[in-house]
Amino acid sequence: MLRYVLRRLLGAIPTLFLIVTGAFFLIRIAPGGPFDRERTLEPTVMENLNRIFQLDKPLWEQYLHYLGNLARGDFGPSFIYRDFTVAELLAAGLPVSMTLGSLALLTALLLGGLLGCIAALYQNSWIDYAVIATATFGITVPNFVLAPLLALIFGVWLSWLPAGGWNGGTPANMVLPVIALALPQVAVVARLIRGSMIEALRADHVRTARAYGLPTRMVVVTHALRSACLPAVSYLGPAAAALLTGSIVIEQIFGLPGIGRYFVTGALNRDYTLVMGTVVVIAVFVVLFNLIVDILYAALDPRVRYD
Amino acid sequence: MIRQTVTTAMLAGTLAMLAMAPAAAQTYVRGNDGDPETLDQHKTSTVTEANVLRDLYEGLVVYDTEAQVIPGVAESWEVSEDGTIYTFTLRDTAKWSNGDPVTAGDFVFSFNRIMDPATGAKYANILYPIKGAEAINKGEEGELGVTALDDRTLQITLERPTPYFLELLTHQTGLPLHPASVEAHGDAFVQPANMVSNGAYRLESFTPNDKIVVTKNPEFHGADEVAIEQVEFIPFEDLANCARRFEAGEVHSCSDIATEQIADLKARLGDQVRIAPYLGVYYYGVNTSREPFDDLRVRQAMSMVIDREFLAEEIWSGSMLPAYAWVPPGIGNYLDTAPELAYATLPMLDREDEAIALMEEAGFGPDNPITVEISYNASENNKNTATAIANMWAPLGIETTFNVRDISAHYAMLRDDKIHDVARAGWIGDYSDPQNFLFLNRADNPGFNYGLYDNPEHDGLLDTAANTANLEERAKILAEVEAMILRDLPQIPLLFYSSRSLVSPKLSGWADNIQNAHPTRFMSLTE
Repeated sequence: MLRYVLRRLLGAIPTLFLIVTGAFFLIRIAPGGPFDRERTLEPTVMENLNRIFQLDKPLWEQYLHYLGNLARGDFGPSFIYRDFTVAELLAAGLPVSMTLGSLALLTALLLGGLLGCIAALYQNSWIDYAVIATATFGITVPNFVLAPLLALIFGVWLSWLPAGGWNGGTPANMVLPVIALALPQVAVVARLIRGSMIEALRADHVRTARAYGLPTRMVVVTHALRSACLPAVSYLGPAAAALLTGSIVIEQIFGLPGIGRYFVTGALNRDYTLVMGTVVVIAVFVVLFNLIVDILYAALDPRVRYD
Repeated sequence: MIRQTVTTAMLAGTLAMLAMAPAAAQTYVRGNDGDPETLDQHKTSTVTEANVLRDLYEGLVVYDTEAQVIPGVAESWEVSEDGTIYTFTLRDTAKWSNGDPVTAGDFVFSFNRIMDPATGAKYANILYPIKGAEAINKGEEGELGVTALDDRTLQITLERPTPYFLELLTHQTGLPLHPASVEAHGDAFVQPANMVSNGAYRLESFTPNDKIVVTKNPEFHGADEVAIEQVEFIPFEDLANCARRFEAGEVHSCSDIATEQIADLKARLGDQVRIAPYLGVYYYGVNTSREPFDDLRVRQAMSMVIDREFLAEEIWSGSMLPAYAWVPPGIGNYLDTAPELAYATLPMLDREDEAIALMEEAGFGPDNPITVEISYNASENNKNTATAIANMWAPLGIETTFNVRDISAHYAMLRDDKIHDVARAGWIGDYSDPQNFLFLNRADNPGFNYGLYDNPEHDGLLDTAANTANLEERAKILAEVEAMILRDLPQIPLLFYSSRSLVSPKLSGWADNIQNAHPTRFMSLTE
């Protein structure tokens, strides 16, 4: 098991290397640079800035320089937040994005799982239809529509919750963003669990458990749910990716200080180092998450073994 | 008797609440356009940063609520007969937030730092009127014309009389820094733990993408008159988010409003929506080095058929003013009746006929159409404006295509390649003087001369104006320059900007002004 994890982690290094290389050169292909704005700079000033940020060197040299720094954990200075290094920005933003993401994931799994189970147990009843209708609705309404609506209803009209802002991570400020982020995933998870639960309830081992006269709750929770969970677990990878991209939108709409916004502002302003920093963090995150999913799989599915 | 007691108790309670309310409301939550690139005043250039720095630091002179120049650190000043030597007397009560006195030497240090090419100050050229500044900033030898005669007397010598010099000093590039902190901490002097400032507020914290918190500076010489204890600057890239939080009562002011929301917000919030003339022009640069745009008749026709009232009212929801001139109205040091395009008051139908005739004269028309590519930086309003203009051009036999880039790519193209036919640009003035708009068309200003205008007479007149001390005469010369631009139209003015803000009725002391400058030290909050 440990050997498997190590092998996977080592295997991730070339992947990350390719991602870093690709991203480094892609952002440089984009026309314009970090100092191009409405106000054109004096040539001498431009020269100085390019020297300060080492943009005057050949691209391959900058690339090697960046790789070298990255290997030492140095993400470099930011171009658009000149009072901060990229590492400082990421360190400040990452906890916010992670809190949001994990809360949303938890909500999606618990609520989606519960709804899916209920729908499966009452298959083809009005409860089932209601759950599926809500789920379909949740998938079709994009979160850039949902988020402002939630803020408008609960923040502006009803004044129950703050309409935006982070406020140091006060729970009240998290409620709306987490819901907006989780809702589409709740819908997906509910549909997945419903499908696999229906299948699991008809499976041989569940039928056997029933035949033994075990109580229904025990049959459902310990026997059916365990195998019904598998599709949801394999969906965790895509779900995490969806939450990451979703948080870019949600952070923008609610004005939260996560790393998603750095990705957008960094790219638009040609803040090369900031974009690279976010790319690296997101790539590492996706690689790690896929690994966790695979390990979870082994724990849940007796047919899967890692040697 | 009992009733009396109850009333008194209620009254006391109400009074107590009234007394408590302002104390609880002393944090002014202020929406800003975004995060500052840095809080190092020498490395900044945008309005976003100006809003924060104006509260943190005090320059020699400052803006009041109406954006009029009033004494800041300097309590008085004298200007020499020929307008080139300014002698400032600094107030002896001016102090840094650590208690050090603000001295003339601090200003000498600051002006030298911003001009040092090694600082990489993006906007140092705004201070080029100071003697020797340009040479030093361009890496040549020289001495800066800023000297401390004693601790409280600062003398600034200029290259030539510059009537807007005091106005220039209100810009953030003119703010002093605390030399000891800069020497001790280097670039890190901007961090909350290190920053020593001399304004009404001092920096408490700066969390990117979240907020900047500044608190009242007890050492500030006017601290007794500063009512608001604390300000939180919230960066809003999503304008609708600011509007929502404003309506929810979480934010006291927004620094901008999304165009598509203006009508709706006006209807619901009334005069909390503030739209005021702003010192800025929105224009299209026409590449006069390309055919057929080298033909004045084509440029005139293109300008003539643009229905600027439609753009201002329909596309921009009344948040812009139609521009028939290059220099925005209400600017200082200018004539009361400035030049404008000859067809400003002509009905659209007549203008269209005249434009078609001009195009025919130039050999173009629906039978012999020309193709024009409009380049603009991506934004909903720029897109709608370009689409509307393409429609207005259609009757002239102009077929329009679009080239949309993001802002970095757009301005990099304009600066380096200049491969546009027609390109959208905008300019917000830094100081209230026509020179700040007219210099955009100088041949030796390739960074802004998007019309590639090359007229020695025009540049010569600007030089003459620069050396004219008499304000009236100078204004006349500058008006000649503007008339020349409007005659030759290397760049076509379309709209004048307005500032758009949401201001809570709880906030008093916010006055609309042409610089959109709103220092917190003159404001107060009530419940």
